[in-house]
Amino acid sequence: MKQQHLITRRRAIIAGLTSLSGMLLPACSQPLPPTYGNILRMGDVLTYKAHRALLPGQSLVKEYAYGDISSFPATGTIDPSVHSEAYGPFLKNGFGDWRLSVEGRVARPGLYSLADLQKFPMRKQITRHLCEEGWSAIAEWTGVPLSVVLQHAGILPTARFVNFVAYDGYRESIDLLDAFHPQTLLAYGMNGRDLSIPHGAPVRARVETQVGYKSIKFLERVVVSDDFIDNGDIGWAWYVGI
Amino acid sequence: MPSLSVTNGQHKRWVRISHWIIAMSFVALVFSGYEMLMTHPRLYWGEVGNDLTPALLELPVSRNYHHNGWTQRESFFDRPGSPVSAGRTYDIFNQNGWGRSLHFLAGWFLFVTGAIYLLAGAFTGHFRKRLLPRRDEFTWRSFLRDVGDHLRMQIPKGGGPYGLLQKCTYVTIVFFLLPLMVVTGVTMSPAVTAAYPFLLKMFGGVQSARTIHFFAFVALVLFLVVHVVMVIRSGFRQQMRGMTLGK
Repeated sequence: MKQQHLITRRRAIIAGLTSLSGMLLPACSQPLPPTYGNILRMGDVLTYKAHRALLPGQSLVKEYAYGDISSFPATGTIDPSVHSEAYGPFLKNGFGDWRLSVEGRVARPGLYSLADLQKFPMRKQITRHLCEEGWSAIAEWTGVPLSVVLQHAGILPTARFVNFVAYDGYRESIDLLDAFHPQTLLAYGMNGRDLSIPHGAPVRARVETQVGYKSIKFLERVVVSDDFIDNGDIGWAWYVGI
Repeated sequence: MPSLSVTNGQHKRWVRISHWIIAMSFVALVFSGYEMLMTHPRLYWGEVGNDLTPALLELPVSRNYHHNGWTQRESFFDRPGSPVSAGRTYDIFNQNGWGRSLHFLAGWFLFVTGAIYLLAGAFTGHFRKRLLPRRDEFTWRSFLRDVGDHLRMQIPKGGGPYGLLQKCTYVTIVFFLLPLMVVTGVTMSPAVTAAYPFLLKMFGGVQSARTIHFFAFVALVLFLVVHVVMVIRSGFRQQMRGMTLGK
């Protein structure tokens, strides 16, 4: 009988691994991205959970001086009309026909024109863009905090994720902590001018607490959801705060 | 005196286990880190560095080196010397999808194992008794003599306590280079530096941290090469038995 209560090393390791896999293999109901049974994605989820558990939630990223603004390469899609027939016609009248759809788990889904977004309280910030490739650049961004638009649309209390759909086919999503971060913007201006096409015209996301690819360009729709919307394992970490 | 064994000729079990977990993490980190370096083989100083700004150092390690696939540069401001923008038209080498994730996964293994190793080493007296040079042991004369012996490849067989040069090397790796790697690593994280901005101040910017991370990587790889050579020269079979079976 006494033997039963011994905590052997083997039992401790098995118990540890079981509880670890319980942490890393979230069930469907849990508000975490799927890992697809992929050990690399499990590591990414562990990083996400560790950041959310250990880092203070809404610390602002460093903001720089006007003179710090630097040269800034445009990478990824630099012309979305190659990917989308809908995008090309917007160029004819300076995005006058463009509308951002805010939909999903909001009380008042709606279409926002560029002028509508510019009527909201504006935020300017000079921040550093860090690309997953390893390069960085500083620019001044002008836009409306995403939280302002989400509250205007009446985000529902069950909402957990904000999903972005772009004209070049890209999709991204962020949790509500990042969506309501004061420096998370729907940006329409860069360095004092309208956002240029290679940098994501007419409106792009700025998610300053994560690496560059979360700041998705050429926005078409913002979809609020209760659960994680699975776009499949696209080969890139969903959470890239590191 | 490159012996890897300690006075009683044995490595403790926790030392052996953490040695191999850290060794395997290190190999994964070097592999994935080199892949990431290939994606952007340019190093800078300060907060900013990209293909449109001058580099401190450029490494010819992938097709991304000096590629010229850029649209015409356009100035942000109407003044001479204005920062510019250009669109990339070149399909770069980029395997960071798995490379970054493997790097951080291996980083977790190294960090957790390293933290346990540091705590165990401090509380069991392992560092004091075996790793740190004794006060009467360290003199520049004996240090230089030890360096000279190694340069002449006069390497005693393993089995005894660590030599002076060996102790100094391990202390540098354990207490300086590996912690520097972790700290410069997290300085590249936007979420971490939002919470702890002193990290950026300490290294003078994200690109400085990346550059220091690179040079610490070079130093650690050089250490690994010398370490393996010493294991072989001081009695490979005995040393491997010591670090695996513990006898």
